[in-house]
Amino acid sequence: MKFDTPATTNPIDQLKVVGKPVDRIDGPLKTTGTAPYAYERHDVVPNQAYGHVIGSAIAKGRIASIDLTDARRVPGVLAIVTADNAGKLGKGDYNTATLLGGPEVEHYHQAIALVVAESFEQARAAAGLVRVDYVRAEGVFDLAAIKDGMEPSEAAGADSEVGDFAGAFASAPVQLDATYTTPDQTHAMMEPPASIAAWRGDRLIVWTSNQMIDWTVGDLAKTLGIPKDRVTLASPFIGGGFGGKLFLRADTVLAALGARAAGRPVKVALTRPMVANNTTHRPATIQRIRIGATPDGRITAIGHESWSGNLEGGKPENAIQQTRLLYAGANRLTGKRLGVLDLPEGNAMRAPGETPGLMALEIAMDEMAHKLGIDPVEFRILNDTQVDPEKANRPFSQRQLVECLRLGADKFGWNKRDRRTGQTRDGRWLVGQGVAAAFRNNQVTESAARVRLDNQGIVTVETDMTDIGTGSYTIIAQTAAEMIGVTLDKVVVRLGDSNFPVSAGSGGQWGANCSTAGVYAACVKLREAVARNAGLNPVEAAFSDGRVSAAGRSVTLAEAADGAGIVAEDVIEFGDLAKKYQQSTFGAHYVEVGVDVATAEIRVRRMLAVCAAGRILNPKSARSQVIGAMTMGVGAALMEDLVVDKRHGFFINHDLASYEVPVHADIPSQEVIFLDETDPISSPMKAKGVGELGLCGVGAAVANAIHNATGVRVRDYPVTLDKLLAGMPEV
Amino acid sequence: MRSFTYERASSPAEAAAAAARTSGAKFIAGGTNLLDLMKLEIETPTHLIDVNGLALDRIEATPDGGLRVGALARNTDLAADGRVRRDYALLARALLAGASGQLRNKATTAGNLLQRTRCPYFYDTNQPCNKREPGSGCSAIGGFTRQLAVIGTSGACIATHPSDMAVAMRALDATVETVSPEGATRAIPIAEFHRLPGDTPHVETTLAPGELITAVTLPRPVGGTHVYRKVRDRASYAFALVSVAAIVQRDGSGRVALGGVAHKPWRVEAAEADMPRGAKAVTAGLLAGAQPTHENAFKLPLVERTLAAVLTEARS
Repeated sequence: MKFDTPATTNPIDQLKVVGKPVDRIDGPLKTTGTAPYAYERHDVVPNQAYGHVIGSAIAKGRIASIDLTDARRVPGVLAIVTADNAGKLGKGDYNTATLLGGPEVEHYHQAIALVVAESFEQARAAAGLVRVDYVRAEGVFDLAAIKDGMEPSEAAGADSEVGDFAGAFASAPVQLDATYTTPDQTHAMMEPPASIAAWRGDRLIVWTSNQMIDWTVGDLAKTLGIPKDRVTLASPFIGGGFGGKLFLRADTVLAALGARAAGRPVKVALTRPMVANNTTHRPATIQRIRIGATPDGRITAIGHESWSGNLEGGKPENAIQQTRLLYAGANRLTGKRLGVLDLPEGNAMRAPGETPGLMALEIAMDEMAHKLGIDPVEFRILNDTQVDPEKANRPFSQRQLVECLRLGADKFGWNKRDRRTGQTRDGRWLVGQGVAAAFRNNQVTESAARVRLDNQGIVTVETDMTDIGTGSYTIIAQTAAEMIGVTLDKVVVRLGDSNFPVSAGSGGQWGANCSTAGVYAACVKLREAVARNAGLNPVEAAFSDGRVSAAGRSVTLAEAADGAGIVAEDVIEFGDLAKKYQQSTFGAHYVEVGVDVATAEIRVRRMLAVCAAGRILNPKSARSQVIGAMTMGVGAALMEDLVVDKRHGFFINHDLASYEVPVHADIPSQEVIFLDETDPISSPMKAKGVGELGLCGVGAAVANAIHNATGVRVRDYPVTLDKLLAGMPEV
Repeated sequence: MRSFTYERASSPAEAAAAAARTSGAKFIAGGTNLLDLMKLEIETPTHLIDVNGLALDRIEATPDGGLRVGALARNTDLAADGRVRRDYALLARALLAGASGQLRNKATTAGNLLQRTRCPYFYDTNQPCNKREPGSGCSAIGGFTRQLAVIGTSGACIATHPSDMAVAMRALDATVETVSPEGATRAIPIAEFHRLPGDTPHVETTLAPGELITAVTLPRPVGGTHVYRKVRDRASYAFALVSVAAIVQRDGSGRVALGGVAHKPWRVEAAEADMPRGAKAVTAGLLAGAQPTHENAFKLPLVERTLAAVLTEARS
């Protein structure tokens, strides 16, 4: 199905099932521990052996020698895979460094060997006996140190300039010129990367935890040098991904190589201390923001430049993305610079670009409002735009930022806030409130599905779409139930398998809208086939209550399906609506914090998010997405910091005791409001993404609340107590 | 994790004797720290002596009005004991500020005293660490030091002791009771139990090889108001940036011990004479000679400010 004109009324608009806050259909599997996660799939293939990954002990250099003698003697050891014996390997399209290093080492904890043994304990113990001699090479590990030497480059992308930024900024009556930094962050998903691999002749079957099935099948085949159609991959449940499982990674490649070497199935999970340095992470940024405005608060010039680093061949963090679209202003400049760092590979982490970008931009907006003496909510509203500020003839498909800000202010009690800093006290706490805009683009990408109606009236949906804890199973079931006119218990959803049609996958908050649109397309086809099979006019056929009816005739779906059942498959393909219209999602975050007057400990007291993100397919699972994202935003604001040891080139705090993320005690009260919105430009579902929007801007709202509480402006994340102490009142 | 042998001890003296005669032996009780360290091969014992079966979990009154806490009393049980809550509230509060409910259910009194540092370089076996591999060097010095010690450090080690419980016990003047491999018992004042790193940061206590802790004894209650204040980036389940354990009497006198600043629970009795004069004076004495790094220098003003808040709370 081609989607190239705005959606009109369609069966989804009935909203009998879609739009309802139904429980997750896979919930009972999870609460009873029976959802099959990758590492625990003991039943899928017998005789599984265990692989343990060895990571490089140096950041850059080369392996002079590996001595496997002692490791091989450990009882139970079956094979040891290294670059020496793995055969020639290719490299996938989506990873920058090779996934089995050696002799060259490209980053710390790059996998350099896999020990395979009968038991996990034997493999791990033998791994400890592998002796590696390295020759270290000088590396570059300090982003700030190389920043000024970064030149414009093709890899960083071209600058974007509209009007005369330099001139307009220089002549602006009120100016802000500030630099902000965001640190490296790790996904810290609950389930570490894990895979089981088994060879059947020259065919490879992999059970894994991965967000993008088709990308990963392709890259695995490419890495192993085998045709893509010989690789099967299943990832029905994923214990958190956040972008860390978008791509083929070492666990999967090494499980496949280990299984080949051992001649039997092999399972591999990364240990927690390996996750931070072996996998991808959100890269650190340095961001300079300049805003010029008139005294009455109109932005006349806005500039945002961002510096980040990555391995040679890697991409920049696109921290300026939102600044091209969020606020009005005739004169604009945005640009990225990219330097080479010999740290582990930087890549996507939940809302890449907008997360660090808004952490900076939305403090800058707060600072500017403060300078202007204008309420920060009003300052944002004053500079709203309903068109792409770089292309005035290109409207937003929907843009309710102002409505989000106003409703949020009302619900949060914003007008009771004291605009002066350090004024509100509640016992030992200095109390402050902050606001930030939320913005995340809505990307559309093709997505296919297969639907089958059987002679029991059961509708089965198959697509390689993944559910990373987001609720994909449920919203896909709701979509099929709505389209075919059945209740949810008559729908079976099967996901995450490369035998199924290729979906959009889970990334960039495109999964919900695109994958359900693909299911919609397949269901449109199924409806036609079912109606025809029942001898009814497909154009007139109505589907409800488990029946298909037209012209006074009605048959049950079970009857209409015949004995054999009816199958339909289709793909949703998006035309150029995304070119004609800018599709984005919007929101407003309001946060209240307390800062201990003595210790400067920061605790969030309450949070509110108001989101405008098209049709909300399931308010319950969408709310879960947003509160989870808000929690992640609190982590980014207050504690998450993957610390670089700039001497040796690695992230030193590589476990969950030293890389802190929020615990329950950090998150007392969260509220989420969704505006009633449909966006006919986005898809037949009229939905957009929301899973990343909830994170965008939260960090700055927290930082702005801290400023309101204390008067201390911190521009370097995370905002920790040591950065506040000097500015705190005497005790 | 390396392979190891395992036995269950039949008596404290036999456990100590077994530890002395088996090289590479370690006692295991709750295992909340040791097991993690074994998985990472930071600890590589060849033999484990399980002391959980020894009847050392009682909490009982002593003849002179104090309390004797068995080495195996679990943190949860100790924190919930009515006598502890009434007479040694500092200890209960410190215990509950540490770890999580699940860990406190397993963790023992003796094990808590013996837990190893959380210095991130100690935890990465690719990095030199004098505590893990004596003589290999300290990679924390010059590295990431925000959490690390500011006082009592050496050129060989700047790690901290991570315990909350031990800080309260230091303020309470606890005594550590032990049995030696020869069956002799002794009582070690807690002030002399933990060591500063010096040139031998791998030697963390004054226990002799094989010596087993059997109990920790608290002297008669000293009264006063007990406050344990743990400062951390997140609200729970984090090690202290600094912690302050204070006992404040009506006349303004009292005691103070600190966590998160040194290789051992930190107390300077002479500084306590300044308690009536307030936090600034006490902190000056407590942290005299501190040698913080650029990254952890904030701990000095933080101690003073936290102590000020603690004194205000105690007097209100």
